[in-house]
Amino acid sequence: MLGAIWSLLNPVVFLAVFTFVAKVLGAAVDDYPVFLLSGLLSWNLFSVSLSTGAQSVVANANLVKKVYFPREILPLATVGVALVDFVLQSMVYLAFLIVIRYGFVLGSIWLYPLAFVALSLLTVAVTFWVSSMNVRYRDLQHLIGLALLVWFWLTPIVYAAGKTHEKIVTGHRLGSLFWRIYLLNPTAWIVFGFQRALYHSPDANAVLAPFTTAQLGVGLCVVIVILLALLYATWRIFFGLSGDFAEEL
Amino acid sequence: MSIAIEIAGVSKRFRMYREKPSSLKQRILSGRVRAEDFWALRDVSFDVAEGEFFALIGQNGSGKSTLLKVIAGILRPSEGVVRQRGRIAGLLELGAGFHPELTGRENVYLNAAFLGLSHRKTDAVYDDIVEFAELREFMDTAVKFYSSGMLVRLGFACAVHVDPEVILIDEVLAVGDEAFQARCLDRVRTFQKEGRTIVLVTHALDMARQLCDRAAMLDHGVIHAIGGPDQVVREMRRTISKHDLEFAREEGSREIEILGGSLHRGADPLAGALAPGECVTLQVDLKANEPVDDPVVSFALHDGANNFVFGSDTAQHGLALGRVDGKRRVRFQLGPVPFTGGQYWVTVGVHSRDNQRVYHVQDQRYSFEVRQTEGRRDQTYVPVTVGVEEL
Repeated sequence: MLGAIWSLLNPVVFLAVFTFVAKVLGAAVDDYPVFLLSGLLSWNLFSVSLSTGAQSVVANANLVKKVYFPREILPLATVGVALVDFVLQSMVYLAFLIVIRYGFVLGSIWLYPLAFVALSLLTVAVTFWVSSMNVRYRDLQHLIGLALLVWFWLTPIVYAAGKTHEKIVTGHRLGSLFWRIYLLNPTAWIVFGFQRALYHSPDANAVLAPFTTAQLGVGLCVVIVILLALLYATWRIFFGLSGDFAEEL
Repeated sequence: MSIAIEIAGVSKRFRMYREKPSSLKQRILSGRVRAEDFWALRDVSFDVAEGEFFALIGQNGSGKSTLLKVIAGILRPSEGVVRQRGRIAGLLELGAGFHPELTGRENVYLNAAFLGLSHRKTDAVYDDIVEFAELREFMDTAVKFYSSGMLVRLGFACAVHVDPEVILIDEVLAVGDEAFQARCLDRVRTFQKEGRTIVLVTHALDMARQLCDRAAMLDHGVIHAIGGPDQVVREMRRTISKHDLEFAREEGSREIEILGGSLHRGADPLAGALAPGECVTLQVDLKANEPVDDPVVSFALHDGANNFVFGSDTAQHGLALGRVDGKRRVRFQLGPVPFTGGQYWVTVGVHSRDNQRVYHVQDQRYSFEVRQTEGRRDQTYVPVTVGVEEL
């Protein structure tokens, strides 16, 4: 019960702080808290799953070494906990949207479940990989912290993808190449989807990624297919390594 | 009878790293790592039938516990396969499957979940588990505060109440107090009667002999002997006594000690198998630790199935040793042995004439083998001379 309160408190504080910051300091994006949390909650799910999932097998060494059970439960359980957090935090966020009478746009809200499916697939796939690799190389968890930091800034969560796109494509000779590389990041697509599904302030077209709702739908479907393949690959890696967990630990 | 556990060609290799790279950094910096292979198990194959009580014995480091972990599915065999049927409950180590931070109650549910029991089914057996473990007032205490005896009790109680088809036990019972051990043995016997399969790793050879239907002895990762528990335990004692004389079963008050027994063919120590009808000499060396009046030296022979076949002693043959101080050598010269093929086990002992005092007995410490004559089905050997005459 106490855990639920903590996870509810997190978005409440975020919303309060950023509402205050946006009001007092001003922000380049209208309704900045709405914009920020539409992407940040999904990132939280991903990053918390990864950093705790990396330790999931190592931290339960005393169980892995002494009893048989399906090893995949360990990373899946950490993802499960993060998912519960995600749902609770999203409820706070949606309540906030209702309270400030922000409203929803039916034409794009269907991207939400699509982005959620892609997010879950990516999270499970990468958590499988890091949890099994961390058994052999224990410093992987430090690298994950660094990787997540870089990855976070390669994902348009705190900054507006649309404005960034404009800036780099017009501002640099190789801008459109950079942008294409930028689009290889699956979390970018997932966050595009969540933002398009929920954010619809007047300047939405300038703030959000330069894709129509339909284009994002297709893009997310492609991402989901790729992630299914990735999940299969990391699942196989996990099972290949899980037979030796008991001796590696 | 159907097979509960099938072990086919199982080998287990452990990599012994001089310096195991436990981080990516080391891995990248050190390049190739040198590893030595250690084979804990080599090509082990046997089946355990459903309802069988099977004992695994062997010296420390012989691979018993590794084999048990492979059966339990914790370790993956490097070669070969293990197939098992039904729910397996394992008592492999002290506190196995318990999370130290959780309370006894939570751990019961955790443990039952590992064994595939739903929350509701665990509710149904929860009281029985607590009852059996006698830990009612400690169920809300974190397991890390439990004593080793309490851990064993809770572990055993969980394992036997989740209705497993196969139960694996690794020597953990030795931790509990005697009353609890007796209750565990009771429970294990009930299991046996209910037709469940039990695999036990133990050093208590006599317990294995009494309880088990079959036994296997492991030596350096290979099956050294497998079969009836009597035969395997005896083989185990013989192997061990070569390394460690103290291990074989001996008893007595030791006023007179048996320094050693040996078998001779004529004047030479016995080498190889005897042929039926050959003569053999059993030589027993004694040392009196204090002067003893009129001791009797005896011997007994058992066959491979542990049947008593023959025995005798010095008194029966009219030999009085008188007052013994210092060392003596007693020779029993056996006439043509009437035995046919098989292994025979020799027990030697020294005791008082009225059998009231046992000075020293070495139980089935020595053995000799008799060759089976090819193509014969004789039960015993009788010396025969033949002649022919004209009528």
